[in-house]
Amino acid sequence: MMRALHAFPGGLHLETHKEKTCAESSLLQPLPERIVLPLQQHIGLPAEPIVGMGERVRKGQMIARASGYVSVPVHASTSGTIVDIGLHPVGNPATPDARCIVIEPDGRDEWFEIQPVHEYASVDPRELQAVIRDCGIAGLGGAGFPTHVKLNEGVENAVDTLIINGVECEPYITCDDRLIQEKATYVVAGARMIAHAVQAKHCVIAVEEDMPQSFAALEKLVEDDIELVKVPTRYPAGGEKQLIKMLTGFEVPSGGLSIHIGIVVHNVATAAAVYRAVTRGEPQVSRYVTVTGDVDRPRNLQVLLGTPIHDCLRTCGFREDGEARIILGGPMMGTHLRRLDIPVIKTTNCVLVQPAREPAAELPCIRCGDCVDVCPIKLLPQQLYWHARSDDQDEAQRYHLFDCIECGCCAYVCPSHIPLVQYYRHAKSRIAAAERQRQGADHARTRFLARNARLDRQERSRNGALPAAAGADIAEKRAYISDAVERVRDRRLQRDPNQGGDD
Amino acid sequence: MTEAAFISSPHRHGGATITAVMLRVALALLPGILLYAWYFGIGILIQCVLAACFALALEALLLKLRGRPVGLFLRDGSAVVTGLLLALCIPPTTPWWMVLTGIIFAIAAAKHAFGGIGYNPFNPAMAGFVFVLLCFPREMNSWPAAPGTLETGLGLGDSLRAIFLPGREMVDATSGATALGYMKSRLGLMGMISEIRADPVFGTFGGRGWEWISAGFLAGGIALLVMGIVKWHIPAAMLIALTTVSTGFHLYDADVYASPIFHLFGGATMLGAFFVATDPVSASTTPRGRLIYGALIGTLTYVIRVWGAYPDGIAFAVLLGNAAAPLIDHHTRPRVLGESGSGA
Repeated sequence: MMRALHAFPGGLHLETHKEKTCAESSLLQPLPERIVLPLQQHIGLPAEPIVGMGERVRKGQMIARASGYVSVPVHASTSGTIVDIGLHPVGNPATPDARCIVIEPDGRDEWFEIQPVHEYASVDPRELQAVIRDCGIAGLGGAGFPTHVKLNEGVENAVDTLIINGVECEPYITCDDRLIQEKATYVVAGARMIAHAVQAKHCVIAVEEDMPQSFAALEKLVEDDIELVKVPTRYPAGGEKQLIKMLTGFEVPSGGLSIHIGIVVHNVATAAAVYRAVTRGEPQVSRYVTVTGDVDRPRNLQVLLGTPIHDCLRTCGFREDGEARIILGGPMMGTHLRRLDIPVIKTTNCVLVQPAREPAAELPCIRCGDCVDVCPIKLLPQQLYWHARSDDQDEAQRYHLFDCIECGCCAYVCPSHIPLVQYYRHAKSRIAAAERQRQGADHARTRFLARNARLDRQERSRNGALPAAAGADIAEKRAYISDAVERVRDRRLQRDPNQGGDD
Repeated sequence: MTEAAFISSPHRHGGATITAVMLRVALALLPGILLYAWYFGIGILIQCVLAACFALALEALLLKLRGRPVGLFLRDGSAVVTGLLLALCIPPTTPWWMVLTGIIFAIAAAKHAFGGIGYNPFNPAMAGFVFVLLCFPREMNSWPAAPGTLETGLGLGDSLRAIFLPGREMVDATSGATALGYMKSRLGLMGMISEIRADPVFGTFGGRGWEWISAGFLAGGIALLVMGIVKWHIPAAMLIALTTVSTGFHLYDADVYASPIFHLFGGATMLGAFFVATDPVSASTTPRGRLIYGALIGTLTYVIRVWGAYPDGIAFAVLLGNAAAPLIDHHTRPRVLGESGSGA
């Protein structure tokens, strides 16, 4: 049965430039001199180191543990000695330096003892989540959201469709394409595991029309339980909201998550990593990285996490004449790198070398509306720009600033060469900062009022005005507590009716 | 390693520029301009060059006065388009200083007083035209006689004399009215359209000569649509609104209300629909807003032509549409992906 595809609004036909790297098998990037592992390679709280200086670690050994629910651990990507735990450049424009654990490899690449999970299908989905978290898996598509959190949302809510996203819509990037071609069995098995973990009714693997080899490789492996879909090559078809719209016709609610409409999306590389974690107990220690653009030998590399970008570039014949601009990620959404000694992390999908051209002069907006036509969220980029530029935060939010996915389509077509995405990003961070400040003020105000109330109460009780009232207070509190206990018990019964008896 | 300035994504650009847009608009005007010269003599070409040069010079002067990079902004080509549009609105024999007056109002008052390109709430060319129309009503209504009614259109010498040495008594060739103007004045005298249409000023479906010039602008406009410079919403909505309203009245009383074809190919309808109302800066920018905006201009054009004081209503209709554009935009925000239904 073929799934009828829906169109998403806007978008662009871009030259893909994928032929440079999609046909050649990936290379193993050699062991670097030093491995630098940032404690934060995911969205959420940074991991906490659990090793000390000078300690010997082996490949796959946990060296920093998750520091909360939305957090994942970090594992040593090779065997060696911990030589530093401290600040190192990580290439993030907001926080150029971040806490990292530095390993000096011993060259033996010895694995830590790892424990596979047998017969995943009989295992409780919650247990799978724990395995996946302990293996440090965060979304490999680029966002780096902790995978176990998404899985847990799936368990908490009814999941209708699990989508495994193999739609690499950005030009140049082929790391997922290569991964599928080389590790199709991992992807399909991983998809089945995730489907089990979230108890999804349907599972869809989506690839782009211009990935015929990947499609063929997957086609041999999927059975009735997985639907394999080809989507048209149109940027940004691989965006979560766009892909969901295309495959299901549903729209992720503005400001909401896909799980609110019963859909969970995971990247193909995440599926492969889940497979490794579950069947082999292998934590995430390496990934596929596309190195392409103006290099002599563009190629996909299998890189140990923590390897400097510079080493990867050197493998692919990067000419160091200082004239190039290095982009981490694709040409549409990637980050401009100003130094090359930063490490490959879980979310690094591509290193693109392109000529450093002076950006064209920015002219005033002529309101041509070309940006409106290409916006995949149906925003009004020209109005948003206006409000972002004048720092009118309320209006910018009314025009759905926070629904912007920063895909860059608007800036790509702008005849005035306005760096629109930069304006939106700036406005978002200004609003977030203002929000934090407001929350801080609210917090201070609440504390001040509470303190006044407390002093007032003390004053009055000292005067002997409140003895009876205090007794009533305690009774009220007791009632509140017993109410709360009751509520929790009810909820538990609803969720797990079979286990209700133990209580 | 040196720390270069951080450059925000995207790191690619499609290559579109304002200059390329304006150049294409100017080129798309060519078929209409050439037909104009064919029917009414070379005067229009002189007028176009003159107005474009005035516009460029004034733009340069104002950029300099405002301390903006002159070369960068002159290159955008918007001043040339403003000049050309103004030249196409005024009679080809208009004296040079009236052209200059119009250009000064267009570039200085309507454009740079608001902040230059991108900031003008009104279409500069139309603002300039309406200004001279109000200041010099007699000159702005002495159009060349319809082709074929006198021996020839104005030659090079006559045109140059009319433009650069005004004040001498003009030859009869310029005393004509346009088809719209003639229609209006005769209807005012209780004439019947069936009789009026017999006058040589009328051609097969519009004004004699003018109908083919309009066809030229239509062809240029379609080229702009195909190139994606102009989106279909505004011209389509405007032409459909004008057709609908004029058809309604024409069916009601064909002796008092001219046919829709006459309204489509008479006057500046085609020029207005494809080249003026579509000026992005002063138009509505939301997809639904563009439809409302176009329909508003089409309807206002008819109202002004039939019941207003002026024979053609395009310029006034566009300016009124410009004034309404921010309001239209405000109320036609598209439903964002994932936003719940009501906004759709």
